[in-house]
Parts: sequence; structure tokens; C-alpha cells
Amino acid sequence: MSIFINSNSKVIVQGMTGSEGTKHTRRMLASGTKVVGGVTPGKGGQTVDIDGHQLPVFNTVAEAIAATSANVSVVFVPPKFAKAAVIDAIDAKMPLVVVITEGIPVHDSAYFYAYSVQKGTTQIIGPNCPGLISPDQSNVGIIPADITKRGPIGLVSKSGTLTYQMMYELRDIGFSTAVGIGGDPVIGTTHIDCLKAFQDDPDTTAIVMIGEIGGDAEERAAAFIAEYVTKPVVGYVAGFTAPEGKTMGHAGAIVSGSSGTAQAKKDALEAAGVKVGQTPSETARLMRAILGR
Amino acid sequence: MDLFEYQARDLFEKHGVPVLAGAVATTDDEAFQAASKMGGKVVVKAQVKVGGRGKAGGVKLAVDAIDAKEKAGAILGMDIKGHIVHQVMIAQAAPIVDEYYISILLDRSNRTFLVMASVAGGMDIEEVARTAPEKLAKVPVTAVDGISAAKAKEIITQAKFPADIADQVADVLVKLWETFQSEDATLVEVNPLVKTEDGRIIALDGKVSLDENAEFRQPGHAALVDHAAANALEAAAKEKGLNYVKLENGQVGIIGNGAGLVMSTLDVVAYAGEKFGGMRPANFLDIGGGASAQVMADGLSIILGDPDVKSVFVNVFGGITACDAVANGIVQALELLGAKATKPIIVRLDGNNVLEGRAILTAANHPLVEQAETMDGAASRAAELAAK
Repeated sequence: MSIFINSNSKVIVQGMTGSEGTKHTRRMLASGTKVVGGVTPGKGGQTVDIDGHQLPVFNTVAEAIAATSANVSVVFVPPKFAKAAVIDAIDAKMPLVVVITEGIPVHDSAYFYAYSVQKGTTQIIGPNCPGLISPDQSNVGIIPADITKRGPIGLVSKSGTLTYQMMYELRDIGFSTAVGIGGDPVIGTTHIDCLKAFQDDPDTTAIVMIGEIGGDAEERAAAFIAEYVTKPVVGYVAGFTAPEGKTMGHAGAIVSGSSGTAQAKKDALEAAGVKVGQTPSETARLMRAILGR
Repeated sequence: MDLFEYQARDLFEKHGVPVLAGAVATTDDEAFQAASKMGGKVVVKAQVKVGGRGKAGGVKLAVDAIDAKEKAGAILGMDIKGHIVHQVMIAQAAPIVDEYYISILLDRSNRTFLVMASVAGGMDIEEVARTAPEKLAKVPVTAVDGISAAKAKEIITQAKFPADIADQVADVLVKLWETFQSEDATLVEVNPLVKTEDGRIIALDGKVSLDENAEFRQPGHAALVDHAAANALEAAAKEKGLNYVKLENGQVGIIGNGAGLVMSTLDVVAYAGEKFGGMRPANFLDIGGGASAQVMADGLSIILGDPDVKSVFVNVFGGITACDAVANGIVQALELLGAKATKPIIVRLDGNNVLEGRAILTAANHPLVEQAETMDGAASRAAELAAK
């Protein structure tokens, strides 16, 4: 098992014919992901050859689902067109939509998130995220597939490269699923959604949660852990040295006044019984101690 | 991006939110001219992006243009909580009978927009929220639904605005929503919204924050950037398309890939630096996934141009990018920089093709470059070299 994606996931790529879309479709295919087609409005009817895979292109997500039974969409569409692409996927009742695109205006992401909640049939991951991977089963997005293997750890993180770093630190143990939920102010899937799924997943025995400055998602996650999660959780929070009022790379990574600080997040997690590492390596050591490896 | 009050006023006016006449002045002569044009009493207001300017003496009533010139002269150049006043707004004065509060903002916690409205205006709204929460109506608004005239009326009623002005205030709220939405704002706040003696409802002071991700469809927003406030290094980095933030009191220059990893690198350096007399990171610089030679050279040249920097820590995890490509980027960047590269550079590479990457740096044998196996070890070494 795993969470959100597995070897039965059938993936379509929105924006597959663009340069980023093509590049990452190739990487997803190489790691064994069942990519079944792409969507580019106006290019429907074409077939694209990617490393010997003949992938049909559709004008809409609804057409793609009808023809391929796809149940996951990954979005590589540029910011300007991302809102329309995600809405197309929601209208087609696509169960899972993973939005990789960075730089989407927050009015657009707030719109498609609210729209998905109203329709009630689509879960969004992202935007501005690296996607997710269930190693040796399915890889949706841009996470490198060769860092690690299938194993008992579940990982949820706002950051892409910190996800890779943590997977690398614990590569000999392996992961059930690693989810990059994204660094934007409004995201479709939260730490809590992932913690719940990992708690309910029989193949996950321990969880790593990586947070960063901005908002109060980590504090909420801490409250959720105290209430619901019985599996061991180790945590890491980035941004202790970030000055107030400056955006640190991710649009959502900003400390405003006393809210959103790394210290507050660390304190909340520790109060919920989460062991929090001071560096990524120390966090990995905490996980090893828990798993006895 | 946070705007100055006068910029917020201009945006309000553009979208039909009622405001008083106002003009910005950077000298006392300009203040005199603006006040003469307006006639009568004016208010001279320091333009700083920080609260509490009234208490600091940054807002003064002037009886006429000559007085306005004098008051502007006194306010210009003032230091308000570390913000130097470079501009004042000359605003028409109005007799006020009541003060209210309205804002629309992005509510991250609930992943929606939020309207806050109160009849207790003119004071710090966080104070109102703490001491008299019953006086502050908080109403979620989704991006899909927005604020119609009916919804605005509902909110204003919930906030217990007096019946005689409810329609006017609701109309202001609809126009604030138009401002919020069409300008891609993450905050529009009016505090105070006032009722004048002659019964008009006016946005007297406002705050607006704009979403920088929306720049591609907001061509007018580029003109609102406060270039005077930008750090010279930050401005140079922005010109090269680099994601750079200068940090105070730091000695270790940082380059990394990915926002989370770079934030983490800053922390790890500060942590390691405690053992070396409190060495700290001098900047945030995320060169992104690509990390080409040119981007690495641009990044290194910005960081080496920072007089605070004593050592540099390059921390890259090869995910999509392979470490050999990054190593080649570093070697070529140092060739491009030549004699301009003068500070020790600690490089930690991990991930994709790490052995090839490390071999490239070993073969290049650049006198300034030193490699480290781990992130923690590299941070410690960079701090140690910075302390020398």
C-alpha cells in the first residue's frame, strides 16, 4: 500500500506537449509510472512519442478520462493558464490533480481550491510542489525516482529539495509515499491530510513531517497528531533564521509579526510528542532511532 | 508587496472607493504646491510602511499651505521605527464624526478570503479582536462566490453598522472587493473608514498588499515598487532573476537549490556558527533546480560582492539536476569570475551523480574551493573559515 498513488494509478499530463511537461513525462515513464496520455487544448487528436511510448493528446481532461480511464492528472501548465487547466480537471471529476506549476497568482489557486471543495470530487495537491512518489509503484511530478526504494516511512513536506534530502538520508530504509504539498499560501492538500492518510495506511509505520515558516499549518498539524496519530512522527522545521516580513523563496514562506515563526512550530510539534530535529541529518537520526535501524 | 498609503489611495480611487483628495510630495516645496492647490486645511502624513506613525509625530494637521510646507519639512527625513520618511502625503482635511474598520484579506489558515468589519475603527484591529471580539465581524468569502451587493449588505448588517449608513458602507465593500480581486491583492484594509459631518463615507487611510505572482497580468504594478527601500545587492540579484534576500549581521554567504533546502541551510549555518563566535548566514539565495554555470556565476558574483561575506557555502542536492552539471557550473563560474573570486567556498554536493560531481571539483583543484561530505560538516567548516 501507499497513500494517494500506487501501481494502479493511471496518469495524464496536462501540458505534456510543453518542454517541462515532455521532460518530466519522460522521467515519470522511466520510473515505471503508468502515464496514459496528455491534455493540451487545441492539440487533441495528436499522438506524441516519448521514448517509444505512444501517448495520445486530448483537448480536455474529460475526453482523456473517457478514452484512458485516467485517475490522476499532473499539471505542468504555465501560471497564466494553470487556473483553466485545474478547473478543466475538476469539471471532469478527476479524483487527484497534482499541480507542479510555480508562480500561480493566489487569487487563482484560492479559486480552484474553493471550486474543488464545492464540487467535492477532486483532491488537489500543490500548487508549487514537487508532486509525490510511492517508490517502485508510481511517481507523479518531479521527485527523482532513484533516490530511494519502497519502505515503511511516510514523508510529508512543503519543500521539494528538503524532501529529496530526507529521502536520501533515509534511503536504505525506504518510503511508502513521499508527498511534497507545496510552498504556496493556499494549497489543496495539507500536512493534516497526509498525516491522516499515513496513519490509516497499513504499510506506513513511521512518519516524517517537514515544515517551514509562514502560516499555521504546522501548529494545526501538531494538534491533529495529538488527537489522531498513534504512529511515531519526527519533524523538522526550516526557517529559524528568516527575518520578519521577507519572503524566503516560497510565496508562503514569510514570518508576519509573531505568527508563522519556526520556533512556534517546533514548540507546537514537540508539545504534541513529535521529536523535532535541529538539522535534516539529526531528524534522520531520530527516525533511525525510532525504527531501530 | 506592501504599498504606501498614497498608492493605496490611488488604487481605491481607480476602483470607485470614496477617498479624499491626496497628493504625494518628496520636498517641502512640493508639499506647499499640493496644499495650495487643495486649499484650506490639509493633513500632512508620513509615508512609511509601518504602524504607529501618528504617535511618532508623523501625521500633522496644517492650517494652510505655508503651514503644510513647514510641517512637511519637519516630517520628511524623520526616522519612524527605523523607517526614514522620504515622502509625505498631503491629504484634504475632513471633519469626522465616526470611525469604522473594513478589510478583505487572504486567510491562509482556512484557505479562503476573509472580510473583517467593525464599527470600532481607528484603532489597532488586533487590539479590538483581543479585547472586544464581539465588535469585529469575520466573514469568510470564497474566490468563487466573491462579494455581491447582497453579500455585502449581509456582512455590514452582521457587523452592526448603523442603518442610516449601511447601504453606503455595503457599496464601499463591493468596491473594495473589486479592488481586491482586479488588482490581485492579498490585503485591502481601510482603517479608519469614516463618516464625515456632511454624512459621506470615506476611506481615510488604507493598506494594500499585492501578490507578486500576478505581475504577469498586472503591468501597472511594476511602477509601485519602492526602489529606494531595496538593498543594493537585492536589487542587483533581482535584475539577474535571482531569488535573493540579504540578511543582517551575517558572515557566511549561502547558495543552494530549492527554497526549503536554502532556508534549512541558513539554520544549519547559524547553529554551527555558535561554536565559532556566533557566525551567521549573510543571505538567502535559491538558484532553483537548473543551476547552470551562468546562474551559479551570477549567484557567486552577488555573494562575493557582499562586503559582509567572509566565506561561502554552496549547498546543492542533485535531484533533477545532476551534481556533475552543478560542479561544472561552479568551475565555469569561477573561470568567469577570475580574480573577483577571493573568498573560500565550501561545496557540499549530494544526490544524483554525486561521485562524478565531486571528481570534477577535485580535478579542477581551485585554490578557493573546499569540499565537504555532509551538510552539517560543510556548515561547520564554512562558519569556521568565516571566523578566521
